[in-house]
Formats: sequence, structure tokens, C-alpha cells
Amino acid sequence: MNSHDSLMAYVLRLADNALILGQRMVELVAAYPELEEELANANFALDYLGQARMFYTYAGELEGMGRSEDDLAFLRDENEYRNFLLLEQPNGHFGDSIAKLVLFESFYLLQLEALVHCSDARVAEIAARAVKEIRYHLRHNTQWLIRLGDGTEESHDRAQVSIDTLWRFTGELFAPDEVDNVFEAEFAGPDLFRIREQWEKDVAAVLQEATLVVPGEQWMASGGKQGRHTEHFGYMIAEMQYLQRANPEATW
Amino acid sequence: MVALAVSREQVMAWLSDVADPEIPVLAITDLGIVRGVTVQDDVIVELTPTYSGCPATEVIEQSVLDALHGHGLENVTIKRVLSPPWTTDWISEEGREKLRKYGIAPPASGGSKRELLRGNRNIACPQCASLNTSVVSEFGSTACKASYKCNDCLEPFEYFKCI
Repeated sequence: MNSHDSLMAYVLRLADNALILGQRMVELVAAYPELEEELANANFALDYLGQARMFYTYAGELEGMGRSEDDLAFLRDENEYRNFLLLEQPNGHFGDSIAKLVLFESFYLLQLEALVHCSDARVAEIAARAVKEIRYHLRHNTQWLIRLGDGTEESHDRAQVSIDTLWRFTGELFAPDEVDNVFEAEFAGPDLFRIREQWEKDVAAVLQEATLVVPGEQWMASGGKQGRHTEHFGYMIAEMQYLQRANPEATW
Repeated sequence: MVALAVSREQVMAWLSDVADPEIPVLAITDLGIVRGVTVQDDVIVELTPTYSGCPATEVIEQSVLDALHGHGLENVTIKRVLSPPWTTDWISEEGREKLRKYGIAPPASGGSKRELLRGNRNIACPQCASLNTSVVSEFGSTACKASYKCNDCLEPFEYFKCI
């Protein structure tokens, strides 16, 4: 894989992660348990969609085939998406959503902090914009996980189940493949080994404060980065793409 | 092509009449999102978005085009610049005063990172200036604002968050 292809693939993964998580969060609009969280979720989802747009636009330019952000977001098939499996998991209850966000954003923040210093100027500037947003999200979502874990007996038990259930999707975040390796070598990209060490410390500290237990070593699911998704994904993008598939080139 | 008979200062003055669509009391120049104006054969206006997903970005770009076209400038290009990322520190003093008069507590300057990491300091009520205020919701009508209430004059108000 040459450096250009690794850059394009890497940017597309960033875009897919932001879009798919953003779309899951959009599903929760008007369904949150209280007004403040409703607003937080909608605003955070908007940050993700904004990041996705910037990454897709750049990926389309790198590809050079004239595909726009919308083409990439809405007109690809299931196996062409490269997002983490963690992000496509159904929302479940409030604790599941918070657990998913804390696990992912603890990683994404470190990834963006590293990308700010990568040698591709465009990725670096989008990362510099996004890192401020994700820092804010993570602060908010971490407070919630601590409140749930250290809350009532029921919220504690349910938060632990959320963490235990989602844990098997976290291995993929740190498993480098060719795209990660070439991007790291050619563009001074993130070192996933170091990110993993920091993530483990950060997440352990949050779980400890939340009186939750860090799950033990276990089998890890993977495949999202290569386009092999879980069964939930097809249903999700069917809904997401319906309008664009039914009315090609619709604008409003 | 003939060089345009318009100065950079004139273009900036016209841009100071373009209102932010979400907080119309602020001009886009008060908000600090106009990052550069170049006048040569055409006019290039550099704008930076506040938040990645700010839905006002496209509206603002269109407003800038409309305003400059209205003043007879035909070749106007909008360039979106991301770096360095926008911060509330770029809101002008005049802009802060306009926000306060409008009933929105302006962001404190220079406190961005500390505030992101450790929570808000005491925010002064834009109505009575009391520091005895409390957060109602960290999130408000837009991504950039939080909802507060004043414990002295009892007025609810919005606070423009530091970023």
C-alpha cells in the first residue's frame, strides 16, 4: 500500500466512525430521559456529523473520482464502511449509550491529539478543530458513567453489564493493520500501542471512580475496519440511506 | 482584468453588517470568524467555523456572498479555513458587550482549556451582574451556549461557553 492510499483509507475510517456514531446518536433525538441530556446528545451528534463532513470531503478529494461527502456517506454498501464495530452497536438503554461513548471517546481523544501532530496538514487541522469538541464530550460522558456506576445498586449493576457487553468491541480500536501501519510510518500517525497503554490507564481510572470493574482478558470481535460488520449494521444504514436511495440526487 | 476599486477596509466594513444568524445582535466580525480578506482581481473572504457541526456555517457563507454581491462585487470566493481552530477568545470586546446587553453572558477570555477540564467559574448575570448564579443545563439552544439562572434577580439567562 502506498502512502496516498493509506491516507485516503485512514481519512475514510475517521469519517465513517464519526458518521456511524453520529447516526446512532441521532436515533436518540427526542428519546432521552431528561431535557439537559436531550440537548447534550443532539449537540454532540451534530459535532460528529460536522467532523464526518470534513473527513468525507477530504477523502473524496483524495480519491479524485469526484465523489462528494454525500456520495460517500449515503451511497456506499455495507461492506464499504470502515467504522469500528463498537460504534454501530444498537443504543440500548441510557447506560449502554454512555458506556459506549466513554469507551470510544477515551480512544478518539488520544487519536485526535496524536493526529494534531501528524504530517498531513489537512488531517491535522480537522483534528485540531475536533479535539476541542471531543474533550468536552468526554468530560460530560465520564461524569455520567461515574454517576451511574456509583449511583444506586440498580444503576451500578446495569452500568457494569453495559461495560462488560461492549468490552469485546474495544480490541479492534488498537489492532493495527496495513492502513494504520503505513499511515503511521508515512504521516507520523498515531502509535496505537502507546495509545492503548494510555487508554487502559484512563479507562481504568474512570471505572475505578465509578466503582465498576475492568473486564478481564477475553476474545475480541474485529472486522469493522475491514468492512465486516455485525448484523445490526445493515438495518442501520438502510434507514440512514433510505431517502438518498429512493430519491437519487435529491436536494433541499 | 482590471483591479477592483475597493479596499480591504471597505470590504471589512461591509462584513461588519453581516449578522450571525443564531445571535443576530453579533456581526460576524464581532464573532471573530472572518479570518482574512484579500482584494485583488476578485475578493477572497476566509471564514472559520465555530464548531464542526455548526449549522450556521452555510447560512453565514451565503449571507457574506449576498452582502458583497449587493455592494456590487461580483467575483467573491469564500474560503473555509480550519486552522487555527476558532476560540471564543476571538470574540471582540465590542462583541462581548453586545452579548451582555442582549442578555447572554459572554465567555470569559483566556480560560478555554481550564474551563473545559475543570468546569465553569462563577458566571456573572448579564442583567444584574451578580455572581450568585447556577447552571440549569450545561447545554442550551445551540452547541455554543449553556443555560443559567441568577439566584439574586431570578432571571434565567444563557452563557456563551468557552471553547
